[in-house]
Amino acid sequence: MHPAFSVIFLTTLIGAAQGLFLALVTGQVYSLAKLLEAQDNLRFYALGSALALVLLVAGLIASFFHLGHPERAWRSAAQWRTSWLSREVIALPLFMLLVALYGLIHYEGWTQPLFSIRGVVDVDASLIVGVVGALVAFLLYVCTAMIYASLRFLQEWHSPLTVLNFVFFGLASGFTLAAAFTAWIGVHLVGFYGAWAVVFTLLAVFTRLASLYRNARIKQKSSLQTAIGVRHTTVRQKAQGFIGGSFNTREFFHGRGESALKWIRRGFLLLVFVAPVALLGVAWYLHSAWLPLLAFVSQYLGLLLERYYFFTEARHPQNLYYQSMY
Amino acid sequence: MTQLALVIDLNVCVGCHACVTSCKEWNTSGWAGPMSDFHPYDADPSGTFFNRVQTFEIGEFPNTETVHFPKSCLHCEEPPCVPVCPTGASYKREDNGVVLVDYDKCIGCKYCSWACPYGARELDSRQKVMKKCTLCIDRITDQSLPEAERKPACVLACPTSARLFGDVHDPDSEVSVAIRERGGYQLMPEWGTSPANHYLPRRKTRIRIHEDELVRADNPLDKEAIDLPEEQGETLDDVAW
Repeated sequence: MHPAFSVIFLTTLIGAAQGLFLALVTGQVYSLAKLLEAQDNLRFYALGSALALVLLVAGLIASFFHLGHPERAWRSAAQWRTSWLSREVIALPLFMLLVALYGLIHYEGWTQPLFSIRGVVDVDASLIVGVVGALVAFLLYVCTAMIYASLRFLQEWHSPLTVLNFVFFGLASGFTLAAAFTAWIGVHLVGFYGAWAVVFTLLAVFTRLASLYRNARIKQKSSLQTAIGVRHTTVRQKAQGFIGGSFNTREFFHGRGESALKWIRRGFLLLVFVAPVALLGVAWYLHSAWLPLLAFVSQYLGLLLERYYFFTEARHPQNLYYQSMY
Repeated sequence: MTQLALVIDLNVCVGCHACVTSCKEWNTSGWAGPMSDFHPYDADPSGTFFNRVQTFEIGEFPNTETVHFPKSCLHCEEPPCVPVCPTGASYKREDNGVVLVDYDKCIGCKYCSWACPYGARELDSRQKVMKKCTLCIDRITDQSLPEAERKPACVLACPTSARLFGDVHDPDSEVSVAIRERGGYQLMPEWGTSPANHYLPRRKTRIRIHEDELVRADNPLDKEAIDLPEEQGETLDDVAW
């Protein structure tokens, strides 16, 4: 498949934003359980939600560049019964709304306990919105990933590993961003978020390597023989029906050579996994304010490469009809 | 239920592209148009087509065979492109099974083209909506046309009658009989899309003739040459009637 940059930016930006929001809610739940010190509403939660919201808006703007008719985008919520894309279109604004609400509650300080569970856990409005938002964040990960994983003849994508990768990559980049954010504003949660970021990054290494292994050995169900229905071992295309290009030759071919793909693969493995883990480790040791930020920048750039590679991995069966460019 | 479809006879197709040009001519100015072209007379021509004719070579020289392969939307009975559409712009007509795109609803997200294993859908670069073969829905449903002309433009244009059009759910239709009696098959059956369009395979017409059918065993001209173990007397051929 031809990598679509609008979609690459959309999935990486909202993935990180979802991860960041989940990190904020995790922090709140931990401090509620007295495992972490309570944080300043305004500086930590409100600013963090604003940062997540900025990423979500940026992702949404990027996604509009994918559309031929962005002005009709509102129509795309219609087919949520059958289309994962439609489900994502509903889940994304819902999540943005919840993030905005979560930020607003903390900004305005509406955090007086509404009720108390057995006199131990004080439930306030932000906790309710946070937990619902966390559920929607996971739902959004699934929707985004299922857009790709549900296409059954794109065999490289049609796997539960695709969903796991989207979840773990989003969590890893979000928690790395949370570590960078806390380090930058001087909150003492860098170690907490950094540790979780490393855990999620390692989980992502595992599932991504598994999918790389799977895709390298995948047996394609379709062949030129099934594509045109001729039973012969030797079938060669002599003409594709037109000179020059068409939508079919532009949309489904990435046009990159083997060596370029090899470097992209090495690049994302280094930038997403090795560099952030090393940088977070050093940052923890040195108590550096900007090294976690560098870790996030590295991981995000790596994720752009990873998503690019994700597109190039998928071999669309329609390409069988365009083997010869005459 | 009716399922309109094309049956394309690869045994007859000569690869003349008449179906391609008549399709473009009819549809670019009709209901489904325009089918935009870019640099049509320049170095890098590109444009929207609903139908293409491709050419494949089967086998190794000298035992090769050329197959011309017309390719358009197959109007699947289980179309994978329809449920993925987020807006409902892609739909399958209830009354005749034709898969269509509502250009006014399409947002041009290209997701349906990803979901079609056949590459039957093309995004029009000018109108920015997804386009595909409509089976000339504006011709076949036009009651003002004479019955014989209510067929897709490609079918009417084909000089060798390689393209048949009809209801594949009616067991006695021309297309169903052709599929049944001439080995009609579907493309990429492995995906369970159940394409309505079928293809008829290349066929060789051979008669089997045995050696003894070519040589007359009791040819009187060879009578002396044949060494028979005993005198046969007059054969039927020796009798002057």
